[in-house]
Amino acid sequence: MAVCVAVIAKENYPLYIRSIPTENQLKFHYTVHTSLDVVDEKISAMGKALVDQRELYLGLLYPTEDYKVYGYVTNSKVKFVMVVDSSNTALRDNEIRSMFRKLHNSYTDVMCNPFYNPGDPIQSRAFDNTVSSMMVATC
Amino acid sequence: MGPTQWDFPVELCCRPMAFVTLTGLDVTYNAVHRAIWDAFCANRRADRVPISFKVLPGDHEYPKCRTKRTSYEWYIPKGILKTGWMNKHLNLVPALVVVFYELDWDEAQWKEKQSECATRVEIVRTSLQGRNTKVAVVLIQKKTPLPPGEDLIASERAAALCNACDLSGKSLFVLPHTDHLVGYIIRLENAFYEHAQTYYYTEIRRIKSHKEFLNKTTHQLLFVRHQFKIAFFSELKQDTQNALKNYRTAYNLVHELRAHETNMLEIKTMAGFINYKICRLCFQHNTPLDAIAQFRKHIDLCKKKIGSAELSFEHAAWMSKQFQAFGDLFDEAIKLGLTAIQTQNPGFYYQQAAYYAQERKHLASLLCKHDPSVAYPSPDPLETPNGMLDFYGQRAWRQGILSFDLSDPEKEKAGILALQLKEREVIHSELIISLLSNAVAQFKKYKCPRMKSHLMVQMGEEYYYAKDYTKALKLLDYVMCDYRSERWWTLLTSILGTALKCAYLMAQLKDYITYSLELLGRASTLKDDQKSRIEKNLIMVLMNESPDPEPDCDASIVKLAQHLWADRVSLAGSNMFTIEVQDFVPFVQCKAKFLAPSFHVDTPVELYVYLKTDCPHPIRFSKLCVGFSNQEYNQYCVVEEQYQSSDILEQSAQGTMCLVPGKTRKFTFKFVAKTEDVGKKIEITSVDLILGSETGRCVILNWRGGGGDAASAQEAIQAARSFKRRPKLPDTEVHWDSIIIQASTMIISRVPKVSVQLCHEPPALNNEMYCLMITIQSQEDTVIRDVKLTAGLKPGQDANLTQKTLVTLHGTEMCDDSSPALLTDIPIGSLQPGEKLDMPLYIRCSTVGTRVFLVYVSYLIDTSVDGKEIVCRCHRDETVTIETVYPFDVAVKFVSIKFEHLERVYTDIPFLLMTDILSASPWALTILSSQLQLSSFVTPVDQLESHVENVVLQTAESASECFCLHCPPVANPQNGVATGSYIISWKRSSAAEKVPVVKTVVTLPHVIVESIPLHIRADLPSFGRVRESLPVKYHLQNKTNLVQDIEIAVEPSDAFMFSGLKQIRLQILPGTEQEMLYNFYPLMAGYQQLPSLNINVLRFPNYTSHMLKRFLPTHVFVKPQGRRVDDDSIEAA
Repeated sequence: MAVCVAVIAKENYPLYIRSIPTENQLKFHYTVHTSLDVVDEKISAMGKALVDQRELYLGLLYPTEDYKVYGYVTNSKVKFVMVVDSSNTALRDNEIRSMFRKLHNSYTDVMCNPFYNPGDPIQSRAFDNTVSSMMVATC
Repeated sequence: MGPTQWDFPVELCCRPMAFVTLTGLDVTYNAVHRAIWDAFCANRRADRVPISFKVLPGDHEYPKCRTKRTSYEWYIPKGILKTGWMNKHLNLVPALVVVFYELDWDEAQWKEKQSECATRVEIVRTSLQGRNTKVAVVLIQKKTPLPPGEDLIASERAAALCNACDLSGKSLFVLPHTDHLVGYIIRLENAFYEHAQTYYYTEIRRIKSHKEFLNKTTHQLLFVRHQFKIAFFSELKQDTQNALKNYRTAYNLVHELRAHETNMLEIKTMAGFINYKICRLCFQHNTPLDAIAQFRKHIDLCKKKIGSAELSFEHAAWMSKQFQAFGDLFDEAIKLGLTAIQTQNPGFYYQQAAYYAQERKHLASLLCKHDPSVAYPSPDPLETPNGMLDFYGQRAWRQGILSFDLSDPEKEKAGILALQLKEREVIHSELIISLLSNAVAQFKKYKCPRMKSHLMVQMGEEYYYAKDYTKALKLLDYVMCDYRSERWWTLLTSILGTALKCAYLMAQLKDYITYSLELLGRASTLKDDQKSRIEKNLIMVLMNESPDPEPDCDASIVKLAQHLWADRVSLAGSNMFTIEVQDFVPFVQCKAKFLAPSFHVDTPVELYVYLKTDCPHPIRFSKLCVGFSNQEYNQYCVVEEQYQSSDILEQSAQGTMCLVPGKTRKFTFKFVAKTEDVGKKIEITSVDLILGSETGRCVILNWRGGGGDAASAQEAIQAARSFKRRPKLPDTEVHWDSIIIQASTMIISRVPKVSVQLCHEPPALNNEMYCLMITIQSQEDTVIRDVKLTAGLKPGQDANLTQKTLVTLHGTEMCDDSSPALLTDIPIGSLQPGEKLDMPLYIRCSTVGTRVFLVYVSYLIDTSVDGKEIVCRCHRDETVTIETVYPFDVAVKFVSIKFEHLERVYTDIPFLLMTDILSASPWALTILSSQLQLSSFVTPVDQLESHVENVVLQTAESASECFCLHCPPVANPQNGVATGSYIISWKRSSAAEKVPVVKTVVTLPHVIVESIPLHIRADLPSFGRVRESLPVKYHLQNKTNLVQDIEIAVEPSDAFMFSGLKQIRLQILPGTEQEMLYNFYPLMAGYQQLPSLNINVLRFPNYTSHMLKRFLPTHVFVKPQGRRVDDDSIEAA
């Protein structure tokens, strides 16, 4: 499924970023970073719309030749970005949505940890496992 | 760069227009012909019909037409599309040939001319043998033609000419070269356009007719070719809808072709061409989504069609071209008004094109790394007899061979080798960079700053590969700060790595050091071994030696770089660098803080500078200095350590300037502030840390202000948010995160040792000379000099207060308006230790309200700080808030003689003026005197004298006075008259003897004076007694100049019997008085109502007895009949 999963802080710096080890890690960092352009734009467009009806899932951010990048933004403006192999056409929007929801839940757990200082990089085994479960299913 | 193999041919990219040739025009020597030609081709606006004109000689040889095949049965095509075909129909084979001929209808030698014209037409016809090209004749005439049908000769001769030339009437035109040339030309070209359309229509029909002869096995290629041709002719016909339809069919047919490694390139080339045409037409039809969908489909279909593995770079090149061409089309459409969005703009296509160009470069580097000894094959397999290929996308060494088997493997090998060697000559970086910069421009337009940065990094890297290090550094340096500010350290580290290589290879000292500093810093994600290597290199550079080369650099370039470094070493000058570290994340962190936000001038200013390094090994600095806003202090805050330059590598942790990684080092500085700086702010403007020595190389790390760098602000926030317990440290050490930069401090004056006491009795009373006793006592150990007092209303309050508040030191006289609100700098002289001084300050407030008063005492004292003698000016200020209130309220009322309230007074009738002074002061007041100053409208009845002299009023007590007055007649009684004023002289009972008396003037109210016609007055004893006679005398006084008729009636009362006139009518002469005597005989005791007197003044019906009753008593007290004793007393009376 996912080839790269990233959590980005409100201030747009990475809190967590993990990609499949077989490929160039730096490339995914760039992909995630550039996708923030679209996330920013979508968020600012959303601000103009009704606030209550906010949809957290941002949908497909942009397709590249090889990957599709999806985005999700929490109410506290923490962003989740997921990079999926373009060839994986079986993956539907709904599944991506549910993956994001799972990720959000796991992230909420991280935040609930009294020893975690919001804004620090995420170092949590439980979160790692959630992310792994999303990435392993691919291969 | 000339067009490469991968660029689309011009004839594909242009907009096809009907091709019409004009013959018989001599545009060089004949001015008329020139004008005609210009009218055709110059300044063609968009609304003119799309025709491309060309002037050719009449005997021009058009391309020969091959004999038309009658059967395709034995025909096997050799390729899909001939390379010359498009050009042929765009520029060589006309749809229409126009023969221009100068001939007027009334030409004398008509016959000869007619036959010459026919000959010319014939020549053209012969040259076009076998083609369907139309021929038309235009007669250039000098005369304006008559309307059709009127010129009989003309129609006759026209018919004859048509006949002679074998032309239809529709193909003969007349062009008079008169004033309206352009108008005629436009009409002409519209007619040409129709002919051309007919020609292309027949061509399409002709090609369609071939279809039935084709079969699917041998003529697959022809299906594509014909479909393409139909589409292309449709375009020439300007029938873009049909063109698009046919191109789409052609595109599907291309992909139905049997593909093999040998023809893959041909298929892709054609697919690319057709795809280009489809996308172009879609954009032209304003259906960009169709264009995008087609392009995606095209890429998906072709992505995997790599073809020969040995030439896979060709596929990448082809892919790159596809994307670039689509990007160009997209961009062009935008320029014509299409709107693109952030996620769908040409940038993505250029970016992808660049990606494939990089891929091409990568593949080329893998496949083309032949040994230099490998020679280019001879004969050149890429050479063709005519310098170009017959069919698009075929291999030069096996043109027209359709078999999938390689008949000549040797030849194939040579061909591939030739292509590989050719590829090696391509400057890939140039292609990549130009594509990237196209993409950058697009992303900039569509609000994608991060994408832009990313592409600029790629450009930088590509420049690095292309060995253009200056440009690479420029780009990388530009984007670095974006990544730094967004705190993407992994990406920043990667960029810094490349930048460091560039700096090394150019031997750019300052850049090299800067990048090293940051790569060693905490933001760098490099491994420790890498950091160690960089640190070692940095130290070598500081010792004026060459650093080790960066890894992954080409050996030959490294050699060059080493020479450059050697040159640098030998260069003596410019070995001192200042690096502003504030804007990046260097490996040394600095925080400077003053110990307090303010220092008294008589205490030394203390500050700490904390340093911490993040590099893997201890490092030694040579000097630390702090710069201040007042540079005179700089000299006090310098730490320097002298050591041999050879010691620099000795990593002892002992030296004061040697910093151990991760440990916070504190430097303490102390200095005495200058007395001029009292009240000023001292700021740390810079902290300079010097690395290396002046003998080797010297780097000054400069922090503006009190330290901190690009990452420290965020770290401070995180640290503040965290509630993680920090590990315990020995007392001498501190946690880096807990240090807060304090870059400025105030110098404040020495604490004064003098007391200022204020003694007074608030509140102040309005207008009095309020005494504020100021007591100054020195508590200093030495004599204080130049003591000055400033006292008065504190500045900065309501401006009106300044005028309404007066202060003075002299309490004996009332201060006037010339007194100020604030007395400044009253010299007092010197005070001995313990000496006390009293100063009374008198304040006069002429309005009530709250005021703030300031008492400010300043003085000079000699003192010493840290053994340094200084003269300090100290000051103490006290403020006091004083409320001002009215001392008393004065109430004034008018009453009648009966003490009844009066709203108005009557002329010449006495009334009373009562004043009531109610003390509102919390302190006792002494009324010294009061005085009534009457106006001319009012006169006293008797002597006016004060009844309240020397009365002392306590709080809420009141003093009243009563004056009997009367008003003489006035002129106009309606408005009321001023009665005068009431002046009270008073002071506080507690005030000193010499304090002046305050005079308060109260203006008395106006009163309305009314004159009455009749006045009545009763003489009545003060009491009566039951059954004893009570004589009452009424005086009626006529106040007018008329005789008054008056009716009087007495109403009986239960309490009295009476004798006298019960009812009478009488006359009173002007100004005289009539007396009426009654004897009342009380029957009951108590407060009894008298029998009332009803008086009717006949002349003044309005003046009723009711009004008159005001002057008469209504009741009298009747005592009961006394006992004996009383009887005696009555008798006695």
